[in-house]
Amino acid sequence: MYEGAVQDLIDELGRLPGVGPKSAQRIAFHLLAADAADVGRLTAALQRVQAEVRFCVTCYNVAEGEQCRICRDPRRSLDVLCVVEEPKDVVAIERTREFKGRYHVLGGAISPIEGIGPDDLRVKELMTRLMDGTVTELIIATDPNLEGEATAAYLARLIAPMGVAVSRLASGLPVGGDLEYADEVTLGRAFEGRRRITA
Amino acid sequence: MYLRHLQVGQFRSWETCDLALTAGPTVFVGRNGQGKTNLVEAVGYLATLSSHRVSSDAPLVRHGAPQAVVRAAVRRDDRELLVEVEINPGRANRVRVNRSPLPRPREVLGLVKTVLFAPEDLALVRGDPTERRRFLDDLLVSRTPRMAGVRSDYERVLKQRNALLKTARLARGNALATLDVWDTHLTELGAQLLEARLRLVTALAPHVSAAYAEVAGPGADAVGLGYTSTVPLAGDGSPLAPGAPVPGTAELTAALRARVEERRRDEVDRGVTLVGPHRDDLVLHLGPAPAKGYASHGESWSFALALKLACLALFRDEGENPVLVLDDVFAELDQGRRTALARLAVSAEQTLITAAVAEDVPAALQGARVRVADGTATLLTP
Repeated sequence: MYEGAVQDLIDELGRLPGVGPKSAQRIAFHLLAADAADVGRLTAALQRVQAEVRFCVTCYNVAEGEQCRICRDPRRSLDVLCVVEEPKDVVAIERTREFKGRYHVLGGAISPIEGIGPDDLRVKELMTRLMDGTVTELIIATDPNLEGEATAAYLARLIAPMGVAVSRLASGLPVGGDLEYADEVTLGRAFEGRRRITA
Repeated sequence: MYLRHLQVGQFRSWETCDLALTAGPTVFVGRNGQGKTNLVEAVGYLATLSSHRVSSDAPLVRHGAPQAVVRAAVRRDDRELLVEVEINPGRANRVRVNRSPLPRPREVLGLVKTVLFAPEDLALVRGDPTERRRFLDDLLVSRTPRMAGVRSDYERVLKQRNALLKTARLARGNALATLDVWDTHLTELGAQLLEARLRLVTALAPHVSAAYAEVAGPGADAVGLGYTSTVPLAGDGSPLAPGAPVPGTAELTAALRARVEERRRDEVDRGVTLVGPHRDDLVLHLGPAPAKGYASHGESWSFALALKLACLALFRDEGENPVLVLDDVFAELDQGRRTALARLAVSAEQTLITAAVAEDVPAALQGARVRVADGTATLLTP
């Protein structure tokens, strides 16, 4: 145990995701040794996040202001909507530069163990967005694990009667990799979702 | 396949042990508590990355040591493999094959194949259904690695679904709105597991009968395997005829689905999942009666042994030749059964046997002998 302020800092850092007690200690001592200016920039960044970052009122992505950058962009198509779990998934899909529609961030996936049901996610908000009929296609891009699949199946069932085309991202082999490095489960899935080659 | 060399460090009671081995039978002899079983347990760990005696890895590491190491040179066909496992309790194990690390430790599964029989296996006959389900599922995974994924996904769905049913009892409006989704996962994965188990039981049954008849000798009751399920199956629980048809996944999914809907009320009332392969059982038949409760001590032993010998036969059918490990078995068997077991065991490429009294081991298996005493293991030349 360290004295007062240092221990408080270590405890606070240790509560962050992915940071264990050893890492917390290392970061704390790094900060102690750092320039006042560096630490000042970090505190300012933390305070700015607190004060300025909001969730977009339309898609619930992180935003500075009412709407996020993507929802404000008039070039993005209004008829395709991509549903993701977290704002970081938006960033991942944006990196592909393939998708020209808009997003809807659920804020997690259905997981009864953690007490997360559809009411705890932004499902109702998604339904409201689909009401007016502008969106004709919905792409569900939840994580390819059990909870993500369950969320996708739940949404598909809910939305199918509304006449919106619903699709799910494919799962299978990573591109540019070697077959031998794929694990059995992924490879098994890839076999299931194989495609005929048209010559 | 056989182990040509076995080395352990800080494993159980062993500080170090370095032992050359040969094909054929090897008997580890020593008084109680000298560490014979620990050595064969180490061999089993290389094959399954788990111990047949404990469920956590912590007790495997010598008291006070940070980690344990098990290393073996394995001859497979004409190749030699050096397999090393570093056991780090509470952290990921590290596995190296021919001195290069494997990115995922579980890739080592299948390189060393063993069939291990130990006193703990008596629970297969006398214990809870959990033991028999684990026996079937472990065997499934070692034959088809894909089943490891199905099995762990199924367990995860079960946990999620049970959590949902529990919260649903404390009723919060449409808490059950997502139950349908979990039902789909449960029935699809459950059907895959169920089909694979049924196929396995049908494949295993004739081998078990043959092995039991051999071990128990003439005049013994005939044995059979059956399977009881939470879904209605043809001839539920009664001994399966060899080559009996196994329903397909689609058919089983539909059957599970129907049963889930039938029991919905009970499930909500009790807050647990009542339908699925996690509540099934492998039924062991001895003559006209179920083995559980009716079999004598000797018969239970022979039945458990027959189950393990059937695994050996099943692997052989697929061109594998696993190492047979018999831990402390002979003391429990009568003379006739000892000789019969010896006849079956000599056919394995390598058999590792532990015994407190060397005379308990039949002459046919008296090959190389390792004396285990005072923290050392010495190979005595035959």
